[in-house]
Amino acid sequence: MPKNIDEYLIEKGLFITAISSVVIILLIIVFIFWEGYPAILNIGFFDFLFGMEWSPSNDLYGIFPMIIGSLAITGLSLLMAIPLGIFCAIFMAEIAPKQMRKILRPTIQTLSGIPSVVYGFFGLIVLVPFMRVQFGGTGFSMFTASIILTVMILPIIVSVSEDAIKSVPSEYKEASMALGATHWQTIKNVLFPAAIPGIITSIILGMGRAIGETLAIIMVAGNVVQIPSSIFDPVRALTSNIAIEMGYATGIHYNALFATGIVLIFMILVLLVIANYFHYKKKVTVGGGYL
Amino acid sequence: MEYRIEVKDLNVYFDELHILKNVSLKIHKNMVTALIGPSGCGKSTFIRTLNRMNDLIDTFKMDGDVLLDGKDIYDPKVDVVELRKRVGMVFQKPNPFPKSIFDNVAYGLKVHGITDNEVITEKVEESLKSAALWDEVKNILDKSAMGLSGGQQQRLCIARTIAVEPEVILMDEPCSALDPISTTKIEDLIHKLKKDYTIIIVTHNMQQATRVSKHTAFFLHGEIIENGPTDKIFIEPCDKRTEDYITGRFG
Ligand SMILES: Nc1ncnc2c1ncn2[C@@H]1O[C@H](COP(=O)(O)OP(=O)(O)OP(=O)(O)O)[C@@H](O)[C@H]1O
Ligand SMILES: [Mg+2]
Repeated sequence: MPKNIDEYLIEKGLFITAISSVVIILLIIVFIFWEGYPAILNIGFFDFLFGMEWSPSNDLYGIFPMIIGSLAITGLSLLMAIPLGIFCAIFMAEIAPKQMRKILRPTIQTLSGIPSVVYGFFGLIVLVPFMRVQFGGTGFSMFTASIILTVMILPIIVSVSEDAIKSVPSEYKEASMALGATHWQTIKNVLFPAAIPGIITSIILGMGRAIGETLAIIMVAGNVVQIPSSIFDPVRALTSNIAIEMGYATGIHYNALFATGIVLIFMILVLLVIANYFHYKKKVTVGGGYL
Repeated sequence: MEYRIEVKDLNVYFDELHILKNVSLKIHKNMVTALIGPSGCGKSTFIRTLNRMNDLIDTFKMDGDVLLDGKDIYDPKVDVVELRKRVGMVFQKPNPFPKSIFDNVAYGLKVHGITDNEVITEKVEESLKSAALWDEVKNILDKSAMGLSGGQQQRLCIARTIAVEPEVILMDEPCSALDPISTTKIEDLIHKLKKDYTIIIVTHNMQQATRVSKHTAFFLHGEIIENGPTDKIFIEPCDKRTEDYITGRFG
């Protein structure tokens, strides 16, 4: 019998909680594979992944345009969000006066709590008409979706990067300033490189949110299944595909949507592995530091 | 006698806390001045005022004059970056950048706009030699500085500081984290450097103060109680509190 029954119960309780959340996630994944697997068998792995046509009424289930759609929307939004987010984080961590920081921080945190349907609605009512007037077409496009996504992932990139910059030991900053480096030289040569692991983490988190985002994208991306030839073309993302067609899909169509989910899971997995690889590799070669 | 630094009626506050009270001190040129005093009496705050490091702290406020070669360093027209180039600093805890040994020393040169690689390489070697570190690291210049021992790291920090050729070097307990052998090396180094540099060293080690310094100032609760030639302070202090402190009877 353990000496301290309270300790024992708390430890076991925590263990059970941890295990059950892992088990639930595993069960969901097993279920998705279970439902999606027949579609991949039936359609054929290559025809499914690299097929150019998605037309359930004609029994054509190729998701390649949507893979490209998801990657393109995510890539474009990261392209905008990474520099914006990093500069914003540097500003908040190093340059903004205390009072301004006190206002900015909670504002940005609030932004990350707004439900995605609100962003989507804003995009639909404000951004889509604006794009229609500015660039022609319907206004529903990959670019419009990327802008909305940028706004959605900025808060996470900014706040996680800001924390990373702030947690760089102040000794490094002092050492650099004491050598007669300017504030900006110190930021560029010492603070930023030392914060890179945290900044990469913020980008991974932002990327994960971007790939997984559904509702806001459905509302502004136009959802046409095609490989976009310009950023003003409408596109459909993998997530949108599932959400749009889930309500009425039956048979192989239904399974194909689950298979789309499997592809999404793998995409996120691969991105995570790549990101972690860089993260880890850098750590090893520079011996604990990132400068 | 020539003075490099003159501090007149310096008061330092962090928020409402009055840390340094009417401190006045003259620092001789090309000489080592030791600052001694119990923990928390304001020695670090004092030397951080001399290169305006305290400016990085939001709550810092000061009044009084700090003159370097007769010019007020808190004059709004003063270029702080330029000032810090002239007044270098070695910190209590060795704090090399997590970069290579070479890059640590080259850092200051690069931020001052020196781009000629030959000049940089030469200067790095010269500084590491002056800091008595060259022989130990000449074959591992591209290795991370984090792999060095504490004493080596501190000498690297000294090398990094002298590479930019300051006129004054502030040392805040540079040996507090080091073993006796490394301490001896750094003291030898101070002896070597003192003919070219004005050095101010904070130390908790009374023997060290007598070994390296010509002039000593005793701080207590943010005030300078006594200052004068080191010999005099340690052999016949004027103030009872100084005597209590250096003989270890301080409560
Ligand atoms: N950033 C700060 N904000 C508020 N108070 C501070 C700050 N830095 C130092 N102090 C206070 O100023 C006083 C003097 O500190 P300082 O570090 O100068 O002492 P010290 O003589 O160097 O001590 P030690 O020998 O332990 O290093 C202490 O009471 C300390 O709490
Ligand atoms: Mg101190």
